[in-house]
Amino acid sequence: MKRLLEGSEAIAQAMVAAGCRFFAGYPMTPFTEVLEGMARLLPEVGGVCMNAESEIEAVGMAWGAAASGARAATGSVGQGLSLMQESLAEMCYARLPLVVLNMARGQGDYFQATRGGGHGDYRHIVLAPADLQEAVRLVQLAFDLADRWRNPVMFLGDYYLAHVQEAVDTGAIAFEPPPSKDWALDGTSSGTGRAKIVSPIVPTKRNDPNRVSYGEYLARMAVYSQRIAAEFDPMIEVAHTGDAELVVVAYGTPARFMRYVVDRLREEGMRVGFARPVSLWPFPAEKLAAATRSAAAVAVYELNAGQMVEDVRLALPNKPVRSIGGVSLDNAAFGIAPAMTPSELDARVRAALAELKVEAA
Amino acid sequence: MPTIIKTDAPPTRPAELVDDFTPSLILPGEHHLCPGCGEPAAMRSAVEMVEELGFSNRCVAVFGIGCYTSFSPAMDVEVLQALHGRAPSVATGFKRMKPDALVFTVQGDGDMVNEGLQEVIHAAARGEAITCILLNNGVFGDTGGQMTTTTTLGQRTKTSLKGREAKLHGFPIRIADLIARVEGSAYVARGATNTVGLVWQTRRMLKRAFELQAAGAGFTFVEILTMCPTGWFIETSESPDYLEKVLAPVHKIGVLKDIEEPA
Repeated sequence: MKRLLEGSEAIAQAMVAAGCRFFAGYPMTPFTEVLEGMARLLPEVGGVCMNAESEIEAVGMAWGAAASGARAATGSVGQGLSLMQESLAEMCYARLPLVVLNMARGQGDYFQATRGGGHGDYRHIVLAPADLQEAVRLVQLAFDLADRWRNPVMFLGDYYLAHVQEAVDTGAIAFEPPPSKDWALDGTSSGTGRAKIVSPIVPTKRNDPNRVSYGEYLARMAVYSQRIAAEFDPMIEVAHTGDAELVVVAYGTPARFMRYVVDRLREEGMRVGFARPVSLWPFPAEKLAAATRSAAAVAVYELNAGQMVEDVRLALPNKPVRSIGGVSLDNAAFGIAPAMTPSELDARVRAALAELKVEAA
Repeated sequence: MPTIIKTDAPPTRPAELVDDFTPSLILPGEHHLCPGCGEPAAMRSAVEMVEELGFSNRCVAVFGIGCYTSFSPAMDVEVLQALHGRAPSVATGFKRMKPDALVFTVQGDGDMVNEGLQEVIHAAARGEAITCILLNNGVFGDTGGQMTTTTTLGQRTKTSLKGREAKLHGFPIRIADLIARVEGSAYVARGATNTVGLVWQTRRMLKRAFELQAAGAGFTFVEILTMCPTGWFIETSESPDYLEKVLAPVHKIGVLKDIEEPA
């Protein structure tokens, strides 16, 4: 059933519906209301929400909860996520499922989310919804993917998603049953001769017949990141791309604005297409290449100085790719982006189209 | 009377095992700790107390990063490996989800008192039902003997070559004393491994901490002073006395708090 909800509340409800039973966080705009929602909702279902003393402790607590086999999540905004990077990197090595929310300010955290600010050859899936119904679906998918891959999964939201109100259904989505968590700890294997270990650095007990060294383990995990990249089916939304001369690429809430603008330009007969990467890592490179086959050029709109444009260029090595976005923040730098209006976006796409005509002439 | 083995001549027969005193929760094998290290006696004491209390099959150890991390694959105890400084928060998240488990953390002074000081204080203030064990030798042992915040005044380390000086390096933090003053801590004690008597006293402290954790009394804390002849740059045989003369006068041995004992 659909109900009118603020984004943060909808995301919190969807996490609980997905079976999340542990959450830890530290308030920071615009992530705060998700924490408030989890603090209210989790005790009602027998879960635990911790007021962590910092983002570093928040991710540490989530680490411990995840190791118990519980579905666990934490989150912040880019700044708080900077503090969590050491643990996020090492949780990938410890093969612990975790959902991490970044209710980002603006879109300056693309590199942090997709490259990771931590150390080593780790990677994690990044999902970026553009509206609340999709947010509710993707945050539940994030728990499923985290369990399936035994790896943290990042949900990259933004200020609009956190605070916009929409009619959404936050009910549980059915997925295939996740793999059993026979690796999870509860103390019962202690004293049996086969005590378990969950560790990013000491992966096996000394009496384990499959004992590996730290070096071998790091090499194996680097290959594992490549395996996720190869086997995960990247997600993208495309529209009007069949005969497009120019394809505009955007993600998150700004992409929702851009989709509106591209739809209007199409109504005017302009041959503009639209592509929105939904999984930012793995990046939908091949699908983007297919969607831009007819295009003479590609324009990337993002609210930063040019970050996703690098992935677009890597995906389309033989295509002119220009950046039509830019840093656009309100005075508090919360990412409310006063320049993100349909008229502003319309002007930027028209300018990119005009440049195309000049080059062709 | 046991036979006195002559050491001034080669053995006349091969060695034979008379009895095996290895605790059941230790997986025998090689380790990388230095001769004279005080940490094995502390770790052995902890797992023996777990076993004695009958908590073997509900026990989870959360390890920090230091020399003692090499015990994590060597114990038949479930191990949740945390990062440097982070064991109390990781143990918190785990224990909240598995309240029936006996959860203890193992950290050194660099890990707990330098890198992760706020973690252990907040865990104590929350009255988290975990036991935090500090192996305190007053130096960063794993990296080769640099100054930590528990290094005592005058103590020579690789980064305080002329001895720790208050004006230059600040004063040592007496972490157990600090935690004893935090509401939420139920039991706080400081033991040591430099004499047999102190090892046995430390075992009683660990046992009491585990019992109180299981009884839901609150946060329990056992600091154990350990020898580090390598990091202290002294002879192995001198290290028990060095502990007594350099560490113990500042970090005083004894039970600092027991909520169930009358004051």
